[in-house]
Amino acid sequence: MGLTIVEKILAKAVRRPAVRAGEVVEPAVGMAMSHENAALVINQFLEIYKDTGLEPKVWDPSKIAIIFDHRVPAEGSKTATNQKKIRAFVAQQGIKKFHDIRGDQGGICHQILPENGYVLPGRVVVGTDSHTTSHGALGAFAFGIGATEMASVWTLGMVLNVEVPKTIKVVVKGRFPRHVLPKDLILYLIGQLTAEGANFKVIEFHGPAIKTMSTSGRLVLCNMSVEAGATSGIVPPDAETVRYLRSEAKVKGKLDLFGPDPDAEYDRVLEVDVAKLEPMVACPHTVDNVKPVGAVRGVKVQQVVIGSCTNGRLDDLAAAARILKGKSVAKGTRMLVFPASYRIYGQALKLGYIADFIKAGAVVMNSGCGPCLGVHQGALGDGEVALATTNRNFKGRMGNPNAEVYLSSPAVAAASAIKGAITDPRKGGR
Amino acid sequence: MAKVVLKLGDDISTDIIYPGRYMATVLPSETPQYAFADNAEFNGRLKRKEIPAGSVVVAGKNFGCGSSREQAASTLKGHELAVVARNFARIFFQNSINLGLRTIVCPGIEAEEGQDLDITPDKVINLTTGKSFPIEPLPKARQAIIDAGGLIAYTRTRGLGKTPGSAKG
Repeated sequence: MGLTIVEKILAKAVRRPAVRAGEVVEPAVGMAMSHENAALVINQFLEIYKDTGLEPKVWDPSKIAIIFDHRVPAEGSKTATNQKKIRAFVAQQGIKKFHDIRGDQGGICHQILPENGYVLPGRVVVGTDSHTTSHGALGAFAFGIGATEMASVWTLGMVLNVEVPKTIKVVVKGRFPRHVLPKDLILYLIGQLTAEGANFKVIEFHGPAIKTMSTSGRLVLCNMSVEAGATSGIVPPDAETVRYLRSEAKVKGKLDLFGPDPDAEYDRVLEVDVAKLEPMVACPHTVDNVKPVGAVRGVKVQQVVIGSCTNGRLDDLAAAARILKGKSVAKGTRMLVFPASYRIYGQALKLGYIADFIKAGAVVMNSGCGPCLGVHQGALGDGEVALATTNRNFKGRMGNPNAEVYLSSPAVAAASAIKGAITDPRKGGR
Repeated sequence: MAKVVLKLGDDISTDIIYPGRYMATVLPSETPQYAFADNAEFNGRLKRKEIPAGSVVVAGKNFGCGSSREQAASTLKGHELAVVARNFARIFFQNSINLGLRTIVCPGIEAEEGQDLDITPDKVINLTTGKSFPIEPLPKARQAIIDAGGLIAYTRTRGLGKTPGSAKG
């Protein structure tokens, strides 16, 4: 029996010919990412060294990335002080892959890492954020860890005691119908798998519809794989991966490109034909509460959010701008747009999308996590309903446990903003 | 013997355990005040120290799903609660082991608030109903971290070859 792609990546990271699902390994880390929660990582890192007489030194500053995105610019003194502490640590440890609150380099970690070439195929990527799964889009084994575990990685350069996960293979065929997007595919899959259906497992994406999908779309699939409980999602690297890494991420040097063995052993295999797929919506308060948009058509929404590490990329903004151009956001509905990075913000500006949004009545915000977690921008009022292109609709998300969040693609979100109610973009909007 | 002080359903997210708006509070010494902050009644009992250490939260499937925020584990650890659930989400489960929060995988658990449990190494006995439910043992790899006293201590022994006090300076 052959190996899955993650078994191969982990084998490489422990310098062995093969590892198998169920084994425990301690893989070398290729990239270790944190955001503002680096404040806690630093605390735990110093704790590891406390009373040892050793000088706290990270194992390799070139393999650590820190991106401010969760609360930018700081909403209060506590966050600002955390950010100040992190800046001092970054300078002291010589960490260069640091993205501060700046219009020329900032954005959401799950966009900053890919677009700057920090993620390479075949590597192990860890991040103190559950959506670190995103980076599987470039053929890395990428997964979320806690702050103490990151402190351990900063110390040792490896992750202790990782159980090699089993893999679910998802084969996607067919052509996406108009206004049906990668977000609809992943919402559909989460509905099928349930919120815990892929717990402790990896989802490997295959098939012609993946081959023809841009890296941007693959990032959506891998980003939300964690919403089915998956340790990670992953797309075996191909020509599109190389195109993205070379032309957008400006990666030079040799790439280590490999996929799974043809006879790899999978936990289960799912097939999806996207030609039959409809726009999907995840309803409150779990991401696996997924329905075709028709089932919730007409639900009034007070806030529409387009953006986030899930759907804040250029093609997402383009899909929304096409629908909104020349139209107006409904009275009684506010629409917020959060580009995933300032690079994307600049591209959207050049292409006129930002002007389209503003003219339609949307508010374009700075790049960052914003209302997705709802700590400092775009919170909901009691009893309000939001439709967002983000990744979570748990109770309390968007800052209010007495509100409801629906999740959708940018096309559904834009069409719904015009009507002020959940709308099928194939019928409403335009 | 331990009392069930909170009974929850499936898919309890880290947003419920530790709401995102308190994420700027990171230190394990400060997070306990926000445990289940949106449940004012339970949070109040915790803050008033009405809930003794070792008390149990019982939950269904996928406890701790969502964000990787370690505060969700440290906030419960701060009150020395134990969590008995049908199963756990991966990152929360790993965080709990790393921090020494007691998490028990008990796929068949049946217990209600106010009932008394006895948690043995291989089963949870509901002393009120007399029923007992088998525990899924931890994988060996995870047990090693618990045995070391958490991931900070384990990292020291594995990587630095040092334990506090053994330094030569």
